[in-house]
Amino acid sequence: MENSEVDKGRRRFLIGATSVVGAVGTAAMAAPFLNSWNPSERAKAAGAPAEVNLSKVQEGQLVRVIWRKKPVWIVNRTKEMLDNLPSNDPLLKDPGSEVATQQPDYAKNPFRTREGKEKFLVLIGICTHLGCSPTYRPELAPPDLGADWKGGWYCPCHGSRFDLAGRVFKNVPAPTNLVVPVYSYKNENTILIGLDENGEAA
Amino acid sequence: MMQGLLNWIDARFPLTKVWNEHLAEYYAPKNFNFWYFFGSLALLVLVIQIVSGIFLTMHYKPDAEMAYASVEYIMRDVPGGWFIRYMHSTGASAFFIVVYLHMFRGLIYGSYKGPRELVWLIGMAIYLALMAEAFMGYLLPWGNMSYWGAQVIINLFNTIPVIGSDVSTWIRGDYVIADATLNRLFALHVAALPLVLVALVFVHIVALHVVGSNNPDGVEIKKLKDENGIPLDGIPFHPYYTVKDIVGVGVFLLVFFAIIFFGPEMGGYFLEHANFEPANPLKTPEHIAPVWYFTPFYTVLRAVTLSPFMGTLAMFGAIVLLALLPWIDGNPIKSWRYRSKAHTINILLFAACFLVLGYLGVKPVIPMLKELGTRMTEIYFMFFIVLWIHSKPGKANFVMWFLILAAVIVGIDLFRYNPEATDDASQIVWQWIFPIGYLALTLLLPGVVKSFNTEKIVPERVTS
Repeated sequence: MENSEVDKGRRRFLIGATSVVGAVGTAAMAAPFLNSWNPSERAKAAGAPAEVNLSKVQEGQLVRVIWRKKPVWIVNRTKEMLDNLPSNDPLLKDPGSEVATQQPDYAKNPFRTREGKEKFLVLIGICTHLGCSPTYRPELAPPDLGADWKGGWYCPCHGSRFDLAGRVFKNVPAPTNLVVPVYSYKNENTILIGLDENGEAA
Repeated sequence: MMQGLLNWIDARFPLTKVWNEHLAEYYAPKNFNFWYFFGSLALLVLVIQIVSGIFLTMHYKPDAEMAYASVEYIMRDVPGGWFIRYMHSTGASAFFIVVYLHMFRGLIYGSYKGPRELVWLIGMAIYLALMAEAFMGYLLPWGNMSYWGAQVIINLFNTIPVIGSDVSTWIRGDYVIADATLNRLFALHVAALPLVLVALVFVHIVALHVVGSNNPDGVEIKKLKDENGIPLDGIPFHPYYTVKDIVGVGVFLLVFFAIIFFGPEMGGYFLEHANFEPANPLKTPEHIAPVWYFTPFYTVLRAVTLSPFMGTLAMFGAIVLLALLPWIDGNPIKSWRYRSKAHTINILLFAACFLVLGYLGVKPVIPMLKELGTRMTEIYFMFFIVLWIHSKPGKANFVMWFLILAAVIVGIDLFRYNPEATDDASQIVWQWIFPIGYLALTLLLPGVVKSFNTEKIVPERVTS
C-alpha cells in the first residue's frame, strides 16, 4: 500500500464531490438565515388586509381605518357629490388618473372606484406632497376655500387641494392624485383593504 | 529581562518579525507629503468609532418604542454621554472627509495603477462597507429624518423590476420601516459590518505592504536598491512616518474636538435638524436630504429621470466606475506631476463637479438646480471617458473625441428638450455650457494647443 501510486483521478473526484456537498450544505444553511428576514407572523398579522363594514358608513361620512400603519379613508359619497365631480376636471392636474402608480387599474375612471360601487371612495389619507394627512372638507363653497369648492380635502401643511375623488388641483404643491389602495369587496357590504383578485398589496 | 520575555514570545508568535516587516523595516518612499496623512487618520477614526460605538451600545435601546428616548437619555442623563455620542456622530462625518481626501490622493498620484489595483479595489470595498455602515447607523436614533431617509434608501430596491417590492419588504422585515427594521440594522451596524470593516482594513494594509506605497512622484522605489536590498529612496516607516503621522493626528484631533465642543451639528449637516423630532410614519420632514457624504450620489439618482430603476443604476454605476479606475486609466505615468496639463484640468474639474453634486444633494429641486444636477452628472460620467482617452495622449484624436462626446450631449439635450415645460427648457438652453465647456478644456484644448498635451519625463528617483 505505502508504495502505491497516487490515484489522481480518484482524488479529484473526491475533492469535487466534497466541494459539491459542502456548497449544497452552505446554501441550505443560508436559507433559514435569509428567511428570518422575511416579515414575521406578527408583522404579517399587522399588515393583513383590513376589513371594513360599509353598512355603518352614512351618506357623506368619512371613516378612517388604519392599514399597515397608514390612515385609509372610506367616504360614502352622496349623489350630489358624484354629480359635481366632472365640473372640477378643468381645474385638475390629472383629471383622467393617468399616473398609474396612484391607483390600481380598476380605479382608473372618473370616480376612482371599482365599477358598480362608485359611491364608496377608498383613499390612502396621506398627501402626495410631503405626507401630511389632509382635512376632509365636504361642504360646498366655504368662505376659506372659495366659491368653486365642490368638496374635497385641504392639506393644512402646504395648502394642497384634492377633490372628492382624491384628484389633485393645479397650482398646489402636491404632484399627484391621492393614492387609491388595492381593495376588493368581500360581499355587498364588506370591503377588504390591501387585497384584490391579484393577491395582497406589495 | 525584557529581551528574555521577547525571545520567549518570538519562539511562540512572530512578534519581532511582524514589527519589523510592517513598521521598523517597512520602507516607505521618503517624499510623502500632506496627502499621505489621511490613510493613518482613517485608521484613527475607525478606532474612535469602534470605541465610542461600544460605549453607546451600553445605553442605547434598539427598539422602535425606546430608541429615540434612549438617545435623549444618553444626551442628558448618562454622565458624559453627550460627549461620547458627539464623538460618534462627528466621527462618522470625519470618516468620510478623511476617506474622500485619501481617495483623492490616490486619484492625483495614480495610486490605483498597477501593481496596486487590489489595494484600490479593497479600498473601494471599504468605502462601500462604510457607506452601508453609515446608512444603518443613521437609522438608529429613530428621528424623523432617520425614518424617512431609510424609507427613501430602502425604497431604492423597489425600483428593481419584478422582484423589487419583495426585496424591500425582505430588507425591512415589515411592510413599512418598523421595529424589525431598526433591530436588524442595529445588529448589522454594531456587529456584522464593523467585523467586515476591520477585516477589509487589515487586508488593505497587507496588500499595500506587499506592493509598497506609491508616492507623489509615482516612482517605484523598489526598482533601485542599495547593496543591502533597501530601496535608495525608502525610509523605515517607524520612526520616520509614525512621527510624521503624529503631527497629522494632533492637527486632526484639534479640529475634531473643536467641532465636538463648538458645533457638533455643523449647521445641520452632521446632525440634521429634522432628526431632533422622533420618527413619525405619518409626517414626512419638509425637506428630505441625506447626510452630506451621500449627497453627490443622491444628486445623480435625482438627475437620471429616465425611469426610477435607471436612476438607481446610475447611482450605483457612479460608484462602480470608481472601482474600475485601474482599468479605465491606461496611462503608464502615475502621478499628475508628470502628466499633461489637460489631465490635471480633468482631475480638478472632476473634483469640482463632485463638490457641486454634493452641494446640490442637500438643496431642494428647483429648475435651475435640477438642470445643474443633470449637467454635473453628465460631467461625472464623462470624466471616466475622458480619462480613458487621455491614456494615450500621443495617439488619441482629441478633436474627434470632443466632437463625438459633444454630439452625445447635444443628442441627450434634444431628447430632453420640451418647449412646453418652459422652466426646464430655459435652463437646458444655457446650461449646456457646463458639459461642453468641460469637454473643450479637457479634449479640445490639448487637441489644439500642444503644450496642454505634453507629458514630462518621469525621473528615476523621487524628487526632494
